[in-house]
Amino acid sequence: MEIFPEAVTEEKEVTEDKMAAIFSRFKGRREELIPILQAVQEKFSYLPEEAMQQVARFISVSESRVYGAATFYSQFYFTQRGKHNIKVCCGTACHVKGAKSILEAFERELGVASGGTTEDFKYNLERVACIGSCALAPVVMVDDTVYGHMEARRVTECLKTDPDSKL
Amino acid sequence: MFAEIDSPAKLAKISEICRAAFARQKTRFLICAGTGCVAMGSLPVLAEFKRQIAERGLAVDVEMLFEGREAVTAAAGSGCHGFCEKGPLVRVEPQGIFYNKVKAEDVAEILAASLDQNSIVERLLYKNPDGSPCLTVHEVPFYSGQTRNVLERCGLIDPEDIREYFAHDGYQALAKALREYTPEQVIEIVSRSNLRGRGGAGFTTGKKWATCRRAPGDTKYVVCNCDEGDPGAFMDRSVLEADPHAVLEGMAIAAYAVGAERGFLYVRAEYPLAVARLQKAMEQAIKWKVLGENIMGCGFNFYPEIFQGAGAFVCGEETSLLASLEGGRGMPRMKPPFPAEEGLWKRPTVLNNVKTLAKVPKIIDQGADWFAATGTVKSPGTAVFALTGKIKNSGLIEVPMGITLREIVYGIGGGIINDGKFKAVQTGGPSGGCLPEELLELEVDFDSLRSAGSMMGSGGMVVLDEKSCMVDIARYFLEFTVHESCGQCTPCRDGIWQMLHILNDITAGKGRPEDLALLEEMGKSIIAGAICGLGKTAPNPVLSTLRYFRPEYEAHIQDKACPALNCQELIAYQIDPNKCKACGRCRKECPVEAIKGEKKTPHVIEQSKCCKCGICLETCPAKFSAVSKITGKHGDGSLASIDR
Repeated sequence: MEIFPEAVTEEKEVTEDKMAAIFSRFKGRREELIPILQAVQEKFSYLPEEAMQQVARFISVSESRVYGAATFYSQFYFTQRGKHNIKVCCGTACHVKGAKSILEAFERELGVASGGTTEDFKYNLERVACIGSCALAPVVMVDDTVYGHMEARRVTECLKTDPDSKL
Repeated sequence: MFAEIDSPAKLAKISEICRAAFARQKTRFLICAGTGCVAMGSLPVLAEFKRQIAERGLAVDVEMLFEGREAVTAAAGSGCHGFCEKGPLVRVEPQGIFYNKVKAEDVAEILAASLDQNSIVERLLYKNPDGSPCLTVHEVPFYSGQTRNVLERCGLIDPEDIREYFAHDGYQALAKALREYTPEQVIEIVSRSNLRGRGGAGFTTGKKWATCRRAPGDTKYVVCNCDEGDPGAFMDRSVLEADPHAVLEGMAIAAYAVGAERGFLYVRAEYPLAVARLQKAMEQAIKWKVLGENIMGCGFNFYPEIFQGAGAFVCGEETSLLASLEGGRGMPRMKPPFPAEEGLWKRPTVLNNVKTLAKVPKIIDQGADWFAATGTVKSPGTAVFALTGKIKNSGLIEVPMGITLREIVYGIGGGIINDGKFKAVQTGGPSGGCLPEELLELEVDFDSLRSAGSMMGSGGMVVLDEKSCMVDIARYFLEFTVHESCGQCTPCRDGIWQMLHILNDITAGKGRPEDLALLEEMGKSIIAGAICGLGKTAPNPVLSTLRYFRPEYEAHIQDKACPALNCQELIAYQIDPNKCKACGRCRKECPVEAIKGEKKTPHVIEQSKCCKCGICLETCPAKFSAVSKITGKHGDGSLASIDR
């Protein structure tokens, strides 16, 4: 697979300025924790440790409370993410139509287990519970593109139509 | 056109103006822009309609309609039409012509037919199984079997323009409640209608509101539960995307009834389009003064806010949802006290599902008796289901309570895909169960489903055919609940985990005969001991399949066979040497190079290498059909699957 060095997130570094810009949209109340974490992740693509420490100070709670809440929700990531998201839907409708073999095909093709990121930081592979396009089951989402009525043999085709070409 | 609505009388006037303005559109093309159709490519179709209509010089800005100009034609994106299977969908109003599987290149033909020739593009009409076309939406069996109340406006209005909602009597029910009824009277009407919560449990809405109203304290909240997490369910999302104002109006009525000023819509993180539509709807409603401060000059304030969830299924449980709203881990707590007495920040809080709130305006408008006239005595009204799985007509449906499963599956759903054999219908998602063919005559409502060992749930309905393994379905749901368990109480955290391990063993051919009794015993203890609804219902998929499909479990344990040819570790792929024409396609596609063979020699699968991905079966040309799946024992007593 090709290596895309530019796939590394530009916003990697956590600086006072960047955090201040995020905090300026909030009042610093405890109940804002989840929206704040969502904003931090939107900026950095994951939750860097330093950022979480600053969030704790901003809303005046312990760091463990921030970490505790963040780890509770599957939306939050704690390591750097790849450039493109591949979501293999494993909802009920997709499951009965063979989602498992499609997930396995992606794992084979990308050489990464579900939940992981490829070494070149190009793809994240995720299994998701349901993206609500059940009528098109089994479904795969590559970034914002939905591939319906998937088959295991079309997995390579999905990756061949490189999302980079559309960006 | 914009005006601040400062009295109910003004609203009536505005509605009249809006109705008249939109009536000036002679032809209206409604292109479904729900998530399902967007995935099928409906946005380019919408763009093409807009472009070509403008090219024809027919485009009239909505604003110009309000100046009395006549628009010959208009194209608008709408919410979900429901029949996702056949998307992208286009409706031509007022005739109700229904086109399916429309592509951008079909647009010119549709416009020419409707605008120039007064005819119809027959090839895009929905065809019945016998090949006869359906002209209008009312002729399509998928729609004609339905009773659409909550979904009435879904697909008919542009959800991003509040004036379309006004043209359909929008916010009239709120005006009526504020002007004609005391909060107690509103609760009385809702109680008398016997509306039950559409989130799944079916608790009486009026009772919940009355408890909250009675609870001491000045600060109260209304929360709309839009955290629709069941896999295989998208009813709430479709309502939020297609008719957001109905939910907001219902919420405002609830707030008036219980005495709340603030409300929260807790929306699932995975629903970006629903969030965008709600946001827009809220801004418009506040601007027009039908929400916000001093609503319609009646002295009542209501401020709704959107809160986006962060991906935790358990947050659909009301006490978890509130913990999450307060900014922490979404852990449920013991009830009582119920949220209606002690909820968000310890204040009395009413939590209702999207569809429950969307039903409220019409109940206030038409009265309790109108609502109670549909459905069954104990479960009046309609139910919205996401009908999916091995069914011909997948999509979103609304049916009266009391309809039989057969009418849903074979009437509206059109039967099983590829004319396969019906095996079961799964309702209620991970909290529900699987109902067999013998129960097809069951009349669907909250109580009948529960006594059959399943649940209404929020409305997922997945149809299964003979190729679906019931042990695997049970295992699948447990895998889901184990992953989503918050880990707080032992029955759920450890109990379901243990049950999953037993099921994993069974599907891998390592089950023991005594496992089935053990599963039943554990299931019952978990139901009795878990803290919240997630744990209390998690064993249902296992218990219901054990009840109705026990022989299938026994086949896995005793014969090491999966009758549905589904469980990977109990099946093998083989190539019939008499049918194989050595075309080499499977050999080329096999990702693990497990297929051996030369030109003109029938191919053979090397079982020790095979990863059971099924690609050989997919690629073998239908005219040969040489690849098949086998399970159980061969004639010589050896197992089809090789233990590796």
